[in-house]
Amino acid sequence: MRWAELLLAVLVGAAAGIGGYTFVYARGASYLTDDPAACANCHVMREQFDGWSRSSHRSVAVCNDCHTPDGLVPKYVTKARNGFWHSFYFTTGGFPEPIRITPRNLEVTEGACRTCHAEVVHAIDAMPRAGGALSCVQCHRDAGHLH
Amino acid sequence: MAANDSRVPRRWLVAALILSALAAVGLTVLVVDIARRREEARNPFYRVVEITDETTDPSVWGRNFPLQYDGYRRTVDQVRTRYGGSEAVPRTPTAADPRSIVAQSRLEEDPRLRTMWAGYAFSRDFREERGHAYMLEDQTFTERQQAAPQPGTCLHCHASVYVPYRTLGGGDLFAGFEKMNAMPYAEARKHVSHPVACIDCHDPRSMQLRVTRPAFLEGIRLVKAAQGIADYDVNTQATRQEMRAYVCAQCHVEYYFRGPGKRLTYPWRDGIRADEILAYYDSEGFSDWTHAETGAPALKAQHPEFEMWSQGIHARAGVACADCHMPYERVGAMKISDHHVRSPLLNINRACQTCHRWDEEELRSRVYTIQDRTFDMRNRALDALVALIGELNAAAAAGVPEERLRQARQFQRQGQFLLDFVEAENSMGFHAPQEAMRVLARSIDLTRQGQIALRGDVAQK
Repeated sequence: MRWAELLLAVLVGAAAGIGGYTFVYARGASYLTDDPAACANCHVMREQFDGWSRSSHRSVAVCNDCHTPDGLVPKYVTKARNGFWHSFYFTTGGFPEPIRITPRNLEVTEGACRTCHAEVVHAIDAMPRAGGALSCVQCHRDAGHLH
Repeated sequence: MAANDSRVPRRWLVAALILSALAAVGLTVLVVDIARRREEARNPFYRVVEITDETTDPSVWGRNFPLQYDGYRRTVDQVRTRYGGSEAVPRTPTAADPRSIVAQSRLEEDPRLRTMWAGYAFSRDFREERGHAYMLEDQTFTERQQAAPQPGTCLHCHASVYVPYRTLGGGDLFAGFEKMNAMPYAEARKHVSHPVACIDCHDPRSMQLRVTRPAFLEGIRLVKAAQGIADYDVNTQATRQEMRAYVCAQCHVEYYFRGPGKRLTYPWRDGIRADEILAYYDSEGFSDWTHAETGAPALKAQHPEFEMWSQGIHARAGVACADCHMPYERVGAMKISDHHVRSPLLNINRACQTCHRWDEEELRSRVYTIQDRTFDMRNRALDALVALIGELNAAAAAGVPEERLRQARQFQRQGQFLLDFVEAENSMGFHAPQEAMRVLARSIDLTRQGQIALRGDVAQK
């Protein structure tokens, strides 16, 4: 088994090397930060980034404030999950455009609206409504970024 | 055997080998893709040929901008929507008209149009417009050319005239424009070779949008002067977003030929709404032709898309022509404008859904709701006009006093122009739904007044 182990060590090393290089080349560390520019690294979010930089929320919230949940673990789990699928689809192609938020991510964003604007939301939600809760972004679509 | 026990089982090793190899493949694909996208983002184009202010041929520009050129070439597509677009109709070529395919005839679809345009070349041949690629060919061979001799002025918007104008004018765009206006069509036609091309909207050095049509340069100056802005120069004073509408408005507007020199003029001095344009024509005493049945001094409206759009909610929201008719598309890491100019109904995904988050069916039905209502009102206005024309003919035959006939003809001229303004506008009301309805309502009212005028005594009250 010695030769097999040597081969394995070489392969794992190669994979780690390529992985490490990719991480640095793709500015992987930037994704661990809250810098909104990181979200436009891969070009696909350029429109959203441009929209945000002209929006009402640009001075009070960055991408992660609205698109990741509170708490260190949930935040990085969401980042990892979205990061993986974004890389997968943007590399392989074949995703529909214009891109749309997923239901799970929409919940995260909705939660962010309701956390910061709790007082306003509380007053609105006091009224019972058929068909479940109101969605903030249904009407306030351009608060974060138009498009 | 104890040493063997501490070893990793063979199948784990195989699994680890396969997994790490796959991971390496995936990462390599990723890193190569990232490198490619970065390269695309850095170089929006490769300059393989020199493009100058004399390069009319779009295929030369296409070598530097293959993606845009590819879209541009697709305007040969003939696709229908409910109220627009063209259908390929086969025809037998003749010596005068070698086209083997044309668009469907609007006159056959709606014979009332013949009555409205009686005595004018449009009553001879009027077909649904085809894509940009056909503009020169269709103008050259329309039967209207035989019905009445057309001036070289027409080429202002049916050919790439920027370079020919400057050549004719010895470097002066306006001098060349004046020269070509004065030529008969057939002679002027020899000076041009392409339908609208890259150079008509783009500065060859910077690729920035640029207005090149003399009539629009003058027309927009009139509009701005009315707003209190003197000596407006569209190419230096308009914003980028405004230019995304203005380059289209170089041609998609109402116009007329002023004076014996057939000077192409956009009638915008007193405003760009339909009734303001009508009032302008009235004050200028201009008419396109004399109606063959009634003798009314009639006017023909021509594709006033820019004027109608400017009265609508999209214009109000700062949405330009190009946003819906040439929406942005992503090609790799590049964002380009789709140069396949066409109806947004054929590209709802990019044209509408970028802003309106509803499914295609919902958005299409919203458009059709607006268009169906406008079409219904347009039909009522057209019925009313045909009725007035019939009554005018009957009244003339019955010897109704000339003064009453004169008044009725004036009302016919006005009601007809406002109706034609909506009819000739290529959106069936969508560009400004309320404005289209307002204009049609005014048309019907004027037609009604024409019928009253024929009765004389009633009109006094």
